[in-house]
Amino acid sequence: MATETRAMDKREAQQPQGVERTMTRKVFMPRADIYESGESLVILLDMPGVDEKSVDVTLEKDILTITGTVQPHIPEGHTLAYSEYEIGDYRRAFTISDVDRENITAVVKNGVLRLTLPKSAQARTRKIEVKTQ
Amino acid sequence: MIFPLSRFDPASEIRRLQDDFDSLFSGHSGAVHAFPPVNVWRNEDGVVVTAELPGVERENIDVSVVGDTLTLRGGGEKQSLKEGDMWHRRERLSDAFTRTLQLPFHVDATKVEASFDKGVLTIRLPRAEQDKPRKITIKAA
Repeated sequence: MATETRAMDKREAQQPQGVERTMTRKVFMPRADIYESGESLVILLDMPGVDEKSVDVTLEKDILTITGTVQPHIPEGHTLAYSEYEIGDYRRAFTISDVDRENITAVVKNGVLRLTLPKSAQARTRKIEVKTQ
Repeated sequence: MIFPLSRFDPASEIRRLQDDFDSLFSGHSGAVHAFPPVNVWRNEDGVVVTAELPGVERENIDVSVVGDTLTLRGGGEKQSLKEGDMWHRRERLSDAFTRTLQLPFHVDATKVEASFDKGVLTIRLPRAEQDKPRKITIKAA
């Protein structure tokens, strides 16, 4: 699409060149808040319409991939009169490093996925102080 | 003529101009929509309004109806970090919102139902009895 997306529009997820999904439903990139505390990295993803059964989180090498599926809910006997947002599945991937893979936790509440990735032991003790001359 | 490696495609520039013009005159005319974006479904007997409010708590959503106007209010729970934490990315919207919608007809406020599931707010608004069209029988002369 050539037009600029407004800040609130959903952004479509990128697919690798030439690769398609088997379903024709749209896939969007969920908005993310990511922050780092001393002990872990926390990722929050907005995925309205998704619950713990319809979200999938996988970590392969250093790529964390999150996918969520949404059941389109069309009120029976009604037609769409006005639409400001689209409904579709979600997908986003991040590269992460220095994470304690065994202890990643994921919680979904009100359509928001909260991933807590504890830093691995080496990451925590690795800080090297840089001094000025 | 040697074309540079970066692909300059005049045809796509013209197409882009066309798209920009189209979006100016189409339904979503480039104006920023109010928050939250809503979808409205309707039939003769009522209207269903849906809005996505991920992360908002049910107690922080306010839905009120008067005549043919629906007002949504809520949000405002901003995430704040503890001392020493650092943001990597901040994309989620969490400001407080107030939005008023004009419905296609007056609704029966006593029969309005709102539910909030998986971050999606769904409001069912049945049409007010007085506002329903009356069938008029045509008598033979």
